[in-house]
Amino acid sequence: MIIQLAAAMMGTIAFSVLFGVPAVYYFYCGLIGCAGWGVYLAASSVLGAAASALAATMVVIFLSRLAAVWKQCPVTIFLIAGIFPLVPGAGVYWTAYYIVTDQLWMAVETGYAAVKTAVAIVLGIVFIFEIPQGFFLALCGHRRKMGRSGKK
Amino acid sequence: MGNRNAAEKKLQKKNDEEVMELAIQAGHILLENGAEIFRVEETMNRICRYYDVQSGSHFVLSNGIFATAGNSQERFFAKVQHIPVSGTHLDKVAAVNQLSREIEEGKYTVREAMDELERIKAMPEKRKSIQMMASGIGSAAFCCLFGGNALDSLVAFGAGLILYAYVLFISGPYLSKIVGNVGGSTLVTIICAFFHIMGVGEHLNFMIIGSIMPLIPGVAFTNAIRDVADGDYISGAVRMLDALLIFFCIAIGVGLGIAIVNGITGGVGL
Repeated sequence: MIIQLAAAMMGTIAFSVLFGVPAVYYFYCGLIGCAGWGVYLAASSVLGAAASALAATMVVIFLSRLAAVWKQCPVTIFLIAGIFPLVPGAGVYWTAYYIVTDQLWMAVETGYAAVKTAVAIVLGIVFIFEIPQGFFLALCGHRRKMGRSGKK
Repeated sequence: MGNRNAAEKKLQKKNDEEVMELAIQAGHILLENGAEIFRVEETMNRICRYYDVQSGSHFVLSNGIFATAGNSQERFFAKVQHIPVSGTHLDKVAAVNQLSREIEEGKYTVREAMDELERIKAMPEKRKSIQMMASGIGSAAFCCLFGGNALDSLVAFGAGLILYAYVLFISGPYLSKIVGNVGGSTLVTIICAFFHIMGVGEHLNFMIIGSIMPLIPGVAFTNAIRDVADGDYISGAVRMLDALLIFFCIAIGVGLGIAIVNGITGGVGL
């Protein structure tokens, strides 16, 4: 369990390096990825894979938006690396594997599961982005006025 | 009196053009390096508004910017810029974002902002060796994450490292996206299978899954969803197509790799 979380953190940080995230944010990206995978693991003992991915994505996006407001930088920075462990890369592999080894039914099943996970991630992203920015500003203790005065 | 008015007007004409140019450059850097459409449009609008170009209007697609300005008071200006998608450099996105924030705080003249954009454009990439290391470590970590043991992760580390060397030196500069991704995932599959047959590493599946992760189009996928959610359907659809194409290519590459290894070994070890 702890090894898994550490691996999620390492993996997320490695990918933030690949995407050119500024070095000061590596640690936060890692934490977000780690939190996402932790939620996924915890949820998957109760729920199915897709529902767990939904829950984990929502946590990842929520934390990313919080971090973006807190650090005043684009949310993309935290979001992309953090969501990587959840993207169904394994599903793609298994589907290809079963197709090549002539296990068509297994291929359909795993392919369908991968699509379901992808849709869950989509929903997670869309839901959390509906929360108004003001909520995150308030959560971080920025007064809304500050945001306004910058805009004039 | 009339003369002075004309001079003022001339000054403004010049200025409007510079502001539009600034906005387009900022948009260019954002779009090229993996920002979502909404952010590009908003940043360009902010710059125009702050420097008082009221008529500025922008239309941004996933690989182009169309910008016009002009009405009865302001001179007409139009520019179309094609922006081929290159890699993702989120540090540049962050830097432009910071710049636009500081512009709104009144810290820059148009000229200074332009210089700052040039500096951002020239920001150095991470060294290739570091990128390769990152790819290797990422592959190893994801191999472990999906259930591989230490030895599996070690092989995934090597495969991820070699994969990124291939991406940087062969596929990036010379190959198309389709061939590049099919080739990359085939390469990874064969490397992992080779080590597995040699007796290094226990779970071939986890090794391969870990080492194809650097190819997975996470940026295109996430940005596509966000664009569609923002109502930018055209760009979202294009980016989603891009992501699906790459997913598909990876699947084909892995399948091809397994088929090749099976053909050579007669099915031993898989």
